[in-house]
Amino acid sequence: MEVSVMEDILGGNDKIAAENAQIFKNNNIFALNIIGSPGAGKTTLLEKTIGKLKKSLNMAIIEGDLFTSKDADRIASHEIPVIQINTSGGCHLDAAMVQKVLPQLNLAELDLVIIENVGNLVCPAEFNIGEDSKAAVLSITEGDDKPLKYPLIFKEAAVSILNKVDILPFTNFDMASAKNDITCLHPGIEIIETSCQQESGIDEWCKWLENAVKSKQNG
Amino acid sequence: MHEMAMAEGIMDIVKDYAEKNNAVKVHTISLLIGEMTGVVVDSLEFCFKALSKGTIAENAEIKLKNVPLVGHCNDCNWQGHIENYNFFCPHCKSGHMDIISGRELRVEYLEVD
Repeated sequence: MEVSVMEDILGGNDKIAAENAQIFKNNNIFALNIIGSPGAGKTTLLEKTIGKLKKSLNMAIIEGDLFTSKDADRIASHEIPVIQINTSGGCHLDAAMVQKVLPQLNLAELDLVIIENVGNLVCPAEFNIGEDSKAAVLSITEGDDKPLKYPLIFKEAAVSILNKVDILPFTNFDMASAKNDITCLHPGIEIIETSCQQESGIDEWCKWLENAVKSKQNG
Repeated sequence: MHEMAMAEGIMDIVKDYAEKNNAVKVHTISLLIGEMTGVVVDSLEFCFKALSKGTIAENAEIKLKNVPLVGHCNDCNWQGHIENYNFFCPHCKSGHMDIISGRELRVEYLEVD
């Protein structure tokens, strides 16, 4: 006997993600899911972001990591709330993992929650966790061919950060080609060039983030 | 390796529908897999085989249907296959393209006894 189903395989995750999104909405919080390869500079970008924004926005960080608390320890040194999720080898955060830790945050007081996903360009792109937006971080050393090799994350992301631009002169990274591929994948995506080491582009990135928080809070 | 999470999702759906239909054995699981999804089919089959051992779906055949990436232009109503992940409309160059299909990760139907 044939039984018609037509159910999404990740429907269970999507349901919990919708609950998380409602929790963020109820608390007037903009939630950002940062995705990028290991070593792309996600944590360093976060540290620079905290430095610029912690006076004007109440923010908290959720750190996804396979096994360690190295990234969370770095964030904690900036004296803002940080929660560690260890996935014990799991390649992505899912909505249930995020929901489980949300009660540890004083949500009513927060404007911005940034969730740093496990370093990986593939799997996290498929799993919504209740975020308002995804940010894709790509560093110059990874190569300009990566957007087309990992198209989903650039399609899903509202903003793409091209990090480590200070080392462009030492690589064969073709900036125009990378930007063209990202824009073709996602017409209208915001692309921001940064160097966390030289602190360039950080203001532009923080402005994008502040505007995103504002437009969420103004409904 | 998010294929394990997907295999778990499939298993949950299969158990649910098998129970609802009083099935004793699941023979076939048909999946719709969109072109723009990051699924390694061999890994998915491997994970499902491991998960389904000793269950109603042990040894079930997984049938895959690939769903092409199709876009629809909101400005000129062009509709067709998206080539090379270029979401600008090939007809009017607009960037206002909706995805019609190609993002599916879905259980389509089961064959059960």
